[in-house]
Amino acid sequence: MSKYLPKQADLIKEFEEKPSPLKGDYADREWWEMPYEFREGNFCFPAKPEVIEELGFPNPRKWAVTDDDWKLPDGWQKTLMDGMRERIKKYRSLKLYLDSCVRCGACADKCHFFLGTGDPKNMPVLRAELVRSVYRGDFPMVEKILKGFAGSRKLTTEVLKEWFMYFYQCTECRRCSVFCPMGIDTAEITIMVREILQLIGLNNNWILAPVANCNRTGNHLGIEPHTFVQNIESLVDDIEELTGVTVNPTFNRKGAEILFITPSGDVFGDPGVYTMMGYLLLFEHIGLDYTISTYASEGGNFGFFTSNDMMKKLNAKMYHEAERLGVKWILGGECGHMWRVVHQYMSTMNGPADFLQEPVSPVTGTKFANAKVTKMVHIAEFTADLIHHNKLKLDPKRNDHLRTTFHDSCNVARGMGMFEEPRYILNKVCNSFHEMPENTIREQTFCCGSGSGINAEENMAMRMKGGFPRANAVRHVREKHKVDSLVTICAIDRASLPPLMRYWNPGVSVYGLHELVGNALVMEGEKKRTEDLRENPMTGIEEKEGDVD
Amino acid sequence: MKKILMPLVMVAVLALIPFIGVQYAGLSYLFGVIVPYLAALLFVAGFLYRMVDWLKRPLPFNITSTCGQQKTLDWIHHDKIESPTKPWHAAVRVLSEVLLFRSLFRNNKAEVRKGPDITFASSKWLWMGGLVFHWSLLIIVLRHARFFFVMVPGFADYLDQADSFLDVTLPAFYVTDALALSAITFLFVRRVMDAKLRIISLPTDYFPLFLLGGIVAAGVVMRYIAKVDVMPVKDQMLRLMSFSFEAPGEIGALFYVHLFLVCVLLLYFPFSKLMHMGAIFLSPTRTMLNNTREKRHVNPWNAPVKFRTYAEYENEYREKMKKAKLPVEKE
Repeated sequence: MSKYLPKQADLIKEFEEKPSPLKGDYADREWWEMPYEFREGNFCFPAKPEVIEELGFPNPRKWAVTDDDWKLPDGWQKTLMDGMRERIKKYRSLKLYLDSCVRCGACADKCHFFLGTGDPKNMPVLRAELVRSVYRGDFPMVEKILKGFAGSRKLTTEVLKEWFMYFYQCTECRRCSVFCPMGIDTAEITIMVREILQLIGLNNNWILAPVANCNRTGNHLGIEPHTFVQNIESLVDDIEELTGVTVNPTFNRKGAEILFITPSGDVFGDPGVYTMMGYLLLFEHIGLDYTISTYASEGGNFGFFTSNDMMKKLNAKMYHEAERLGVKWILGGECGHMWRVVHQYMSTMNGPADFLQEPVSPVTGTKFANAKVTKMVHIAEFTADLIHHNKLKLDPKRNDHLRTTFHDSCNVARGMGMFEEPRYILNKVCNSFHEMPENTIREQTFCCGSGSGINAEENMAMRMKGGFPRANAVRHVREKHKVDSLVTICAIDRASLPPLMRYWNPGVSVYGLHELVGNALVMEGEKKRTEDLRENPMTGIEEKEGDVD
Repeated sequence: MKKILMPLVMVAVLALIPFIGVQYAGLSYLFGVIVPYLAALLFVAGFLYRMVDWLKRPLPFNITSTCGQQKTLDWIHHDKIESPTKPWHAAVRVLSEVLLFRSLFRNNKAEVRKGPDITFASSKWLWMGGLVFHWSLLIIVLRHARFFFVMVPGFADYLDQADSFLDVTLPAFYVTDALALSAITFLFVRRVMDAKLRIISLPTDYFPLFLLGGIVAAGVVMRYIAKVDVMPVKDQMLRLMSFSFEAPGEIGALFYVHLFLVCVLLLYFPFSKLMHMGAIFLSPTRTMLNNTREKRHVNPWNAPVKFRTYAEYENEYREKMKKAKLPVEKE
């Protein structure tokens, strides 16, 4: 167990005994007088100097968050204020959202970090006020006349450290923006603050190391081409052993119809690899003419958590590779923030992709008109269409050993609006699906607590707190419907929900949607299936086998 | 406490200024002509400036908050309002925010209980209080049209009648006066009673509440208690409407308190959170369309970014790729 993981009893005690405005306690102090503390388990380690150098970012150095001296460059205040002013000019959203909050408090108890920590500065309104209080001070005349009235303050080291703490306690999940009567999106503010913090060398290694990897090797995990291929080939072997079917993925193949891109976590991480096996089985089942690239080998984009320029830089590989290989369109795997980037940013940043064609399913002939210019289709849209046209032979009984619920990933939910496709698929591939309570799903879904690049081991205590609202909702269906399987369509979820479940809901496992599709697919020439892709026994199958014998 | 008292004292002082000025210093010209013109001018100019200032900033990316099913396969129901793909969808979405506070209607209250356990309860009080507050004020403002035109506009007459349907006092009691004062009280009490609200509230949150409270209270006292003669008031308003600089007639000092507080509100408006009145029409998470994969959104400053090309990648890994039997561009 991680040394950063607090004992559950301690955490529960803290939950129940620590005073918090969430429970109606009021410290009788103004928020800007309230202390904060970096302690083991509530922050991520800063990026290593060699990583920063590789990316050409400013101020590479060795430092620790708990140090008094963060070794800031001279004139850092000016750098930050200039950076802020520049972005206020370039983004109407930022300016509007700094200006138009009425502090009605509707967002306060909507943030998973506030619900999990009770820390008032985790109320979205105060998270934004951390910046607004400085931004208001940017108008010296107003400040002079109305001192104390507008609640403004100077950008001191203390304020800066507070920014570093609380803008890495926001996962850019946008749940608050759903409830805000003004539509204020705290993610816009977090994205910009993180971007300007980069300017003076304040960042997190768990984000920047994958960014550097992705730039160099094409994927976050830093898998070089030969290893990437070997890894998928070992999955091919596993599939053959389990099903008796040989699947034949190709790599960097010119002239394929479709380029398939998924987060590299699906190629290398547990339980992502089982989702990958599901994709491979599905593509074999329908005889898809596709290829996987070792260069554009990452669907996710940690650049999104770094700066918008970095997001653009990493994402550019997708179109570049699609053009080089001469494919018709791109199919994307299950991932949360990847799909926010692809859906809302990609054609703007990296398009127009005129060298590709409007996506058409080669199996059903369905035109994906909603992806006409981006030319990239979500695997759940693709599979839902296949099932709707009866193109898949499915045996949902093969998932009878699982009692499932579905976790809407923040970005796919609130940054794309994909709710029905995954549910449709899930209902077709398994017989037991139970929704979590309505305030915790669909557009009101709760983040896993580890999104936007704070999934680091050393941040474990904070992750367990931030993930608590999600875990609590899962516990609800576990108690009510004996749910034991949490299905998601996000690679960060697949990495971060297992420890969250082990901590709060032992016995609940995390699955990718297409892993369940892979379990249910009846493949041509398959041998008798008695185990799922994880080699766990399927229920009811063995008895039947006995009958036949 | 200070953050509540400071704005309260400010409003009290602001109310006293015209009272003393008119009652004891005979400054009715200043408060009846000069200040209103100045306030109106700065309000219009300030409001427009703020709106133009927002509008001229670009929208580099599409950041719609999708609160409903996207438009996708034909057989999946598309939520046109919460995931708009056409301008009229977004127009309905924004207007329902403006007129009905759609997002606020979703509000719920989360509580952490022993266990620990999180429970959610429906919580529409803020939605209702906010709606009553804004609509009452709007109707009150529109009702005032009868002071600004020689011929009372039809809608003002209609609102007047509807608003005074209770017909219990003389002059007839306006329902919106009571509603506005109750809503202001509710919004104030909420800020004081709820620990979360107490922490997030700033003097700039209390000030407009007290200011509006003062304006409505002065109006109510004028109408029902002091029974200020409205004819010279209307005369003065008509003069202002025709940009006349004639001195006002004999009007009770209470009216100047009412008018001056309105002027303060107009002056304060463009430089404060009250600008949310304009901002709500522009909020990109609500105004933008969820169709970015279907129609390219253009970023006016789309900065060129140098990325690592495939050729560079192959140059580094060519030998390894060949060993793994991966096709390469250059042998």
